[in-house]
Amino acid sequence: MKSSVITFPGSNCDRDMDVALNKFGFKNKMVWHNDHELPKSDLVVLPGGFSYGDYLRCGSMASKSKIMHSVINFAKSGGLVMGICNGFQILVESGLLPGVLLRNRYLEFICKNVYVKIDNKQNPYFKNLDKEVFEFHIAHNEGNYFCTKDQLKEIEANNQVAVYYCNDEGKTEDLFNPNGSIKNIAGIFNKEKNVLGMMPHPERMIDQSLSGEDGSLFFKNLINNLK
Amino acid sequence: MIVSAIITLKKDVLDPQGKVIHQTLEGMGFKDVNEVRQGKYFEIDVNENDPTKAKGIVEDMCKKLLANLVIENYKIIETQ
Repeated sequence: MKSSVITFPGSNCDRDMDVALNKFGFKNKMVWHNDHELPKSDLVVLPGGFSYGDYLRCGSMASKSKIMHSVINFAKSGGLVMGICNGFQILVESGLLPGVLLRNRYLEFICKNVYVKIDNKQNPYFKNLDKEVFEFHIAHNEGNYFCTKDQLKEIEANNQVAVYYCNDEGKTEDLFNPNGSIKNIAGIFNKEKNVLGMMPHPERMIDQSLSGEDGSLFFKNLINNLK
Repeated sequence: MIVSAIITLKKDVLDPQGKVIHQTLEGMGFKDVNEVRQGKYFEIDVNENDPTKAKGIVEDMCKKLLANLVIENYKIIETQ
């Protein structure tokens, strides 16, 4: 399986993602934002970080970079595109995903492990995962998912919510909402479920000696789903 | 000519910065504040002397980059 990770100026989770993808069997290539063409890929990842210093709105500049034409075409033809953290912000700014990520509700940068619930498994990312509650890391200042009422209706009707913030038992109450996101939304899909954006970082949970291995479960399952 | 654009948050979008500024103003003794909403202001020097065309160019910029229409409105002002 071939993957590509896009590096924008200011990306800082691109190498972590490269390590994670290679560890679980992907042949990963790093792609510079100024390139025009994506290499042949089964999965394209937009990594976390602070592309363009978060100027104007997080992800807004990166969403207009040269490589994004190719990424948008790839996504529109059904290719798998996953955006983590800043990558999620870039996906909403590019129009591939609905909504927007606002400043966290209490205006603080949040950096901690959280529990997230994944019960939407009719998609290539989460199909065959054998549990629902995962411990992932979040680190963001703008992760407060927002969309219009009409968008929310459509998102729910199409089963596009991918990941919810929750507690260790999978309860998705406001108490376990770190940033004020509508309905505890931590990640969403496009209608077709080939584009996934989420704030939590699975690539930071791939080694017991770092902070846990729930990310390993995700990546192992993902590559198996794509084979 | 220089065209200005003001970007503001839509009514139903939470503006925590505006809230904190409001609270601080109250703390400073400005008691007559109903609400504070924070926005963005751009001055763009466009190589175009026709005001309608110049505004049109900046409007296109607002739609495509300067504003995110999910959460923001824009207003264009011709300055000189």
